[in-house]
Amino acid sequence: MDITELTVHELQDKLKNKEITISEITKAYSDRIKEKESDVDAFVTILADEAIVKSRKIEEKINNGELKSSFAGIPIGIKDNMCTKGIKTTCGSKMLENFIAPYDATIVERLNKEGMINLGKLNMDEFAMGSSTENSAIKKTKNPWNLNTVPGGSSGGSAAAVAANLVPWALGSDTGGSIRQPSSFCGVVGLKPTYGLVSRYGLVAYASSLDQIGPITKDVRDCAMLLNVLAGRDEKDTTSIDRPKVDYVEALKNDVKGLKIAVPKEFFGEGINKEVKAKLEEAIAKYKELGAEVEEVSLDIAEHALAAYYIIACAEASSNLGRFDGIRYGHRSEKGETLRDIYFNSRSEGFGPEVKRRIILGTYVLSSGYYDAYYKKAQKVRTLIANKFEEVFKNHDVILTPTSPTTAFEFNSKSSPLEMYLADICTVSVNVAGLPGISIPCGVDGKGMPIGMQLIGNKFQEETILNVAYTYEQATNFRANYKPEFKK
Amino acid sequence: MARSDYEVVIGLEVHAELSTKTKIFCSCPTDFGGEPNTHCCPICMAMPGTLPVLNERVVEYAVKAGLATNCEISRDSKNDRKNYFYPDLPKSYQISQFDKPLCEHGYVEIEDDEGNLKKVRLLRIHIEEDAGKLNHDEFGGGSLVDLNRAGVPLIESVSEPDLRSAGEAERYLRKLKSIFEYIEVSDCKMQEGSLRADVNVSVHKKGEPFGTRTEMKNMNSFRSIVRAIEYESNRQIDVLEEGGIIEQESLRWDDVSGRTFSMRSKEDAQDYRYFPDPDLVAIRLSEEYIQNIKDNLPELPESRKERYMSEYKLSEKDANLITASKYLSDLFEGTKNVCGNAKLSANWILSDISRILNEKEMEPDQIPFTAVQLGKMIQLIENGTISSAIGKKVLTELFENPIDPEGIVKAKGWIQISDEGAIKAVVMQVLEANPQSIADYKAGKDKALGFLVGQAMKATKGQANPQMLNKMFIDELRK
Repeated sequence: MDITELTVHELQDKLKNKEITISEITKAYSDRIKEKESDVDAFVTILADEAIVKSRKIEEKINNGELKSSFAGIPIGIKDNMCTKGIKTTCGSKMLENFIAPYDATIVERLNKEGMINLGKLNMDEFAMGSSTENSAIKKTKNPWNLNTVPGGSSGGSAAAVAANLVPWALGSDTGGSIRQPSSFCGVVGLKPTYGLVSRYGLVAYASSLDQIGPITKDVRDCAMLLNVLAGRDEKDTTSIDRPKVDYVEALKNDVKGLKIAVPKEFFGEGINKEVKAKLEEAIAKYKELGAEVEEVSLDIAEHALAAYYIIACAEASSNLGRFDGIRYGHRSEKGETLRDIYFNSRSEGFGPEVKRRIILGTYVLSSGYYDAYYKKAQKVRTLIANKFEEVFKNHDVILTPTSPTTAFEFNSKSSPLEMYLADICTVSVNVAGLPGISIPCGVDGKGMPIGMQLIGNKFQEETILNVAYTYEQATNFRANYKPEFKK
Repeated sequence: MARSDYEVVIGLEVHAELSTKTKIFCSCPTDFGGEPNTHCCPICMAMPGTLPVLNERVVEYAVKAGLATNCEISRDSKNDRKNYFYPDLPKSYQISQFDKPLCEHGYVEIEDDEGNLKKVRLLRIHIEEDAGKLNHDEFGGGSLVDLNRAGVPLIESVSEPDLRSAGEAERYLRKLKSIFEYIEVSDCKMQEGSLRADVNVSVHKKGEPFGTRTEMKNMNSFRSIVRAIEYESNRQIDVLEEGGIIEQESLRWDDVSGRTFSMRSKEDAQDYRYFPDPDLVAIRLSEEYIQNIKDNLPELPESRKERYMSEYKLSEKDANLITASKYLSDLFEGTKNVCGNAKLSANWILSDISRILNEKEMEPDQIPFTAVQLGKMIQLIENGTISSAIGKKVLTELFENPIDPEGIVKAKGWIQISDEGAIKAVVMQVLEANPQSIADYKAGKDKALGFLVGQAMKATKGQANPQMLNKMFIDELRK
């Protein structure tokens, strides 16, 4: 038995039956990281040794009854934009290459409370800006299915680590598709929760009104379990919503009979790869077979959503990233004499080209004289997009689309930023409207690369999309049929 | 043209630090002072990933200020980011309010230069956070950042350009300060920077449209504000008279040279790129919430004044003077409660204490002693332990070293001599030494009595009971 092949719920069963121990789990992952990390380069910081020490402490706590959580001793990987006390949080940037936060993000506190063990911090596009993890200033993460292709982004390290069995599950963050798109590229499950379901405190902000933390897992049950830990109001984040606690695992009914699935035709048109389209159509047929009602609808928003997204996200980013000024923490240039020099040189040296591009774009759209034409208009478009979704959800339970127009592409294959931005065309509208979305694998293309299906729910309907995803997963069992091959 | 052909137009943007216990977006203390960077946390230091949580007290205080200045209170308000780079601004944006301030369209009443009542309109009052402080060369070379003040809550009150002289501007600011003190939203200590004003000044010929304004930032004393307005309005008139034009710009007032200096012109004006802060939810206030604050507003100066006139029979002028400052008014009430004599308490505050404040260029909030100490001193006079003359000396002492007045009197040996035998001895001694005065008195020159009493006081270092001295001299002289 290879422990690292198991899902978390399988690990829990084996722990319960005393077939394995917590130390054995940590050891297995430590060995796996030693074996495969050099192929994938998913980690910015590896904490395997620390994890082994921690696992002994956790075992003690379990034995003397201090820890009762079923997650005690389960390892996890964390995207490197979530603050971890005493451990570097780089955001994939030279700017924060040596930044150590003196506090834990709220979700990190929640993991700790359950007794989960941090295996390391995972690579990402710099400040979560990108769709391939190529924008990381730290290293180049590879897709475990084919090491010549990107893992997607920005949570590329998280998705690749889960796919390569370097961690049993991981946390990602999603501003325009950053959990779902890499999950799709790496053949794993990734969920972006409704805006406000999960606390953002301690998540280094890219675009505050769009960012959400979510799980990246091997299967849907694990996804529901991890969401149980993450969801809930946090007094430190006033945008997090106070609502009754839901057990997402209980929502997994393995039944979609009578459920209404909307398929927006605009998401299957030009620009969508034929093989992707074909697999999605197979999935749609499967849902029909399982008793769901599928209806084609019109949801003509993708292009407007992409435009509104880049205006709003960049505007917020230009302000959020102002604090990286070389004064209190982060990179400070050695060059220059004046205050202006410190600002100019520190930011010029510390930020990569994509981050600079978005700061400049964001600064522009907020400038006086342009604010109404861009930022204000984008906010109006945002409301319209939310209304259009609302309209569809009046008569449907979920919306089904591809997660990405293509499967994972090769390194350096996108010749312009705009081409890269189009990789998010299926996912951004979900963030713009603040809705929950999940990506699950639904097959592979001719080259053996995974294809992702996106299921979008109405606000706080994570239960519905998890059940719809789970039912498909149970009926098709992607994991039993396909495995990453680390093709060189 | 003559200066009198011009009209001066002034508007004030007044920043008052709120006296909440904690900062506006985190739970750090707001106390003034403290070692640099000891009153701060990851949130007010703008560490990555941290988020602001609005202190509800700040909203409450701002609503109080709005209600006390006759503003309309917004039911739907929000926070906006004002973006600019400066080392004292850790997030590189200040969380403020742009297009939806909490309070709008208010007014306060002041006296104009002719002594008539005048309404000065308030455009708005909004909430925002203070920046930190830069220490230049204070701790060795270079500039160091102290973030203790970063995130201390402020309200900014913006007046309409309704003020027409430096005197009006001063009265308006004093009025605003007094209101904020009364409703206890700010301690308004100008010397600690908890009340500061940006002063906008323009001039125009009477009957013509307003001129271009200049702005003097961060003024924190009444005296400088008055001087700066006078200087700047005269400078503008001179420029216009010489055929020049006024540039819209930010100026720095230099108190030492008594001049303004150009800081920034309109062309280099910053574009603050205001936009709604996505980290904070909208501020929605219910009718009950606002009504509740309204019902619990403390007594305002106008109503205290009325009470002083009816209950304590103070003259309108005296009542006005005392209630102009909450510190004086509180001192008055406390003193009166200790000594039981409202009239005497008012007299001491309005004569000797006000004189000393003037001499020392101090504001009432800087009075070092307490109402209990002043009340006890008045008691000592009332029960004959000391004379009023000694009382003045005790007061001077209280300004230097505020301890129990009885302790001062004992330590200095100032207890009044009321012993008949001792007084008689002094009287006889003085009479013996001044035969000419006795003759003068007997010849009808009443002034001679005063001289003799004065001599006796001098001999006892002011400690003899003056009434007893008087009586005893008269008795002896009539013998």
